[in-house]
Amino acid sequence: MKVFLALLGRELRLSLRHGADTLAALLFFFLAVSLFPLAIGPGPEMLGRIAPGIIWVCALLAALLPLDRLFGADFEDGSLDLLLLSGQPAAAIALAKAVAHWLTTGLPLLAGAAPLAVMLRRPPEAIPALLGGLLPGTMTLSLLGTLGAAIVLGARRGGVLLPLLVLPLATPVLIFGAAAADTVAGGLSARPHLLLLAAVLAAALPLCPLAAGAGLRAAVE
Amino acid sequence: MLRAEGLAAFRGERLVFRDLSFAVPAGGALLLTGPNGSGKSTLLRLLAGLGRAEAGALLWDGAPLAEAPPAAYLGHLDAVKPGLSAAENLRFAARAGRGSIPGALAALGLGPLADLPARLLSAGQRRRLALARLVLSPAPLWLLDEPTLGLDAASVLLLGGLLATHRLGGGVVITATHLPLPLPGAEELRLGWQPG
Repeated sequence: MKVFLALLGRELRLSLRHGADTLAALLFFFLAVSLFPLAIGPGPEMLGRIAPGIIWVCALLAALLPLDRLFGADFEDGSLDLLLLSGQPAAAIALAKAVAHWLTTGLPLLAGAAPLAVMLRRPPEAIPALLGGLLPGTMTLSLLGTLGAAIVLGARRGGVLLPLLVLPLATPVLIFGAAAADTVAGGLSARPHLLLLAAVLAAALPLCPLAAGAGLRAAVE
Repeated sequence: MLRAEGLAAFRGERLVFRDLSFAVPAGGALLLTGPNGSGKSTLLRLLAGLGRAEAGALLWDGAPLAEAPPAAYLGHLDAVKPGLSAAENLRFAARAGRGSIPGALAALGLGPLADLPARLLSAGQRRRLALARLVLSPAPLWLLDEPTLGLDAASVLLLGGLLATHRLGGGVVITATHLPLPLPGAEELRLGWQPG
């Protein structure tokens, strides 16, 4: 546990030191969402109706941005060897990376989603369901992204391969997340969709770090 | 003590060595020499647990090496983060609580550079920063791949002192090198490239 926290602290210090990289995903999220009113017109009915879809898709794409460097930098400068020799199982290292990715990318995206939803004229009473879906959703995306980043590690043009690998896996998250945000506007309960999202998270939490750990081991061999 | 019996390893499709057996007693040192591509780094990574042996056994004090505490490994790469200061680069290595970061930096003559971002360090200074991790490691087994790469003569002497202290405490040093190292009484294992 002590090593896990030390590793998490190291990751957070590194992302703080490279603040521009950390902010890039959030700025991409804001810019990509702002393009939609320009492209499809500022009509409040239309925008308000499709706002959850826009926010979900843009959050998904923004979360992919930092994945390329999640293990890449450590792999290239030899740090990954030392992390794997820290006495922790490789899965724990992958989990620490996933938690760091969520804290530096998922959490800022979650915080940015509310003002963006207001900007897109989403009715205020429908915003909690959107955020409630994004909370487990971004966590699952961090876990799936860590899995993908570990698997493509060391592959030539891994950065191109990564979205092709992660996006199909992320579709259930997108479906349930956007559906949860939509049902509230129709007067229905978002609960079943949120429970399904939580179930996906519960399955990804043990499985993704295990698979990512195996990927890390294979990459250094 | 460390004992290897009948080791064989592949690098890609090529068999780099086979039937490799050696033993290093506590406080002992082993120099791996041989031409480029003879498997020195492969053997070190295998001993560190980063690689996989196709055949053979590795024993530490009679038990499998994989169950022993992890070794301290210094690879070709320095694993130095340019954005962090010299002292911050050692913070993760210092988690074991053995020795202090200022002490480790001073042992390699890096004391005055502690707060300097590592991107401003020269290649030799980065190598010394990587060596400072060894001082903080509680591991009894040190695996060093070309530890003197880029070091000046004074730093090689500092490294010699560290290696001697580690061996006096019963530690084992295995190092691949092309240059003479200050390791008195070390045995030499010459790896040769075997065609096929």
